[in-house]
Amino acid sequence: MTTALLSIETLTRHFGALSALAGVSLALEARERRAVIGPNGAGKTTLFNVITGQLPPSGGRIVFDGHAIAGLPPDAVARRGVSRSFQRTNLFPRLPVLENLRLAAAARTGGSYNLLGLVERAMAPLALAHETAAAVGLADRISETAGRLSYGEQRQLEVGVALATRPKLLLLDEPTAGMSPEETDRMTRMLEGLPREVTLLIIEHDMDVVASLADRVTVLHYGLVLTEGTFDEVKRDPRVYDVYLGSE
Amino acid sequence: MMARGLGIAMVVAAIAVLPLVAGPYPVKLVQEILIWGIFAMSLDLLMGYTGMVSFGHSAFFGIGAYTAALLLSKWPGLLAALGAPALAAALGALLIGFLSIRVGGVYFIMLTLAFSQMFFALTFQNAFLGAEDGITSVPRPSVFGLALTSLGVFHVYLLVIVVAAAVFLHRVVRSPFGHVLRGIHDNEERMQAVGYAVRRHKLLAFVIAGTVAGVAGSLYTQFVGSISPDAFLWTTSGEALLMVIIGGTGTLNGAWLGAAAFILLQSLVSSYTERWMLILGLTFVLFVLFAPGGIVGALRGLAGVRS
Repeated sequence: MTTALLSIETLTRHFGALSALAGVSLALEARERRAVIGPNGAGKTTLFNVITGQLPPSGGRIVFDGHAIAGLPPDAVARRGVSRSFQRTNLFPRLPVLENLRLAAAARTGGSYNLLGLVERAMAPLALAHETAAAVGLADRISETAGRLSYGEQRQLEVGVALATRPKLLLLDEPTAGMSPEETDRMTRMLEGLPREVTLLIIEHDMDVVASLADRVTVLHYGLVLTEGTFDEVKRDPRVYDVYLGSE
Repeated sequence: MMARGLGIAMVVAAIAVLPLVAGPYPVKLVQEILIWGIFAMSLDLLMGYTGMVSFGHSAFFGIGAYTAALLLSKWPGLLAALGAPALAAALGALLIGFLSIRVGGVYFIMLTLAFSQMFFALTFQNAFLGAEDGITSVPRPSVFGLALTSLGVFHVYLLVIVVAAAVFLHRVVRSPFGHVLRGIHDNEERMQAVGYAVRRHKLLAFVIAGTVAGVAGSLYTQFVGSISPDAFLWTTSGEALLMVIIGGTGTLNGAWLGAAAFILLQSLVSSYTERWMLILGLTFVLFVLFAPGGIVGALRGLAGVRS
């Protein structure tokens, strides 16, 4: 496990008496696609929030690409190359689709303190924004205000904004939540088509999506890793069966 | 775009030649509108583009005004009239911004208000700064050996500075930095999540706005020839806020219209009745209820209906 891109050791996060994360350890290889599953309240989103700095951890270590990132603010984590999408759509609702993507792309390319240049002259982020719009299937919607997109399109843009920062590690929090079967299919194909250089950590409830996307699956339960393995191994694990049957 | 540029050039030219065709009263009225307009415009950078409602913008207006008043009697040059007031206001904004930006929403409004009132109390009780009377008989500067005592010469000088400051603010909102501010206005959390150091960008916007406000304050001292602690008073911030809202938040140029509406209303109504504040309040209420986009928003609406 010396080549781990992300390595998490005994990570904890308490909310009062509740331990949302009770000592999670997991290691993610570069280029790997990992799904995190588990019943509601298992700590999946909290895990994401702690990795990306939205929440400080109560204890434990997070090492990304050779740097300790636990407790860093979200912008610092993002600049290291970790990007995320949100379970609840979290866009720039009053800005056009292209500007949503361009802002994200420009966060990576820099120049945000440039006071006197013209934004339309900075070609790199603009090109990246167009490229991302095509990748998430919004190429013909770039002028539309983000808040006016359909729900499915907003979910596509949600992933697009995370993707436009050109992350090394992409965290997707239920990208298909609330989508119709057709939209889910389209999203799954889009994610499958992502370049392998982007390491993927994805929270997902739809087992078909997990089966087609993930190399490996980590099962969280009550803030702990219950088991980990390929989708088929995890599927056969009776404990996983119990956890899901017991809660749903 | 060309037509727009031409229109703006014509308005500026018309203002420039005003002293040749009009008496001192309308010229002074226009000068007052220019000074308040650029002050309000600097506030719009915060309110309309970054989403920071500051109720203490008078602090930087006052710092600029007092710096100019103190220095101009000894060194009546551009450094005392522009450089030093801008620098002093920038430093003030850096300090107040650093302390206020950590908190959001209503706490930010209250903190900025508190800081500006502190400056009011400080000048009000300080004998060196003329206490409640302020500093009077401030001479106007000389620029390139030319004293700005005559109305016409001062008019051109004022116009050049105000236009330069306005062009600067317009460039800022079109720059990559300006677009980051809009992103922060729209969704601060997501901006941070994609990698922007949100607080530092907000602080820089605060310092830019404060610096321009300081220049406006200095111009005000030169325009009136004196300055009193009232410059720091919350009403100064409040008036700029009203001008921005009446003109149209997030439009920059709305600030001119808001300042013009405010000052013309003030001088017009106050010659008939003492209760001009009542009329102003009513106007403001009507705007907020029926034209929330301000004058610019209403004009755009009309243009949209036509086309």
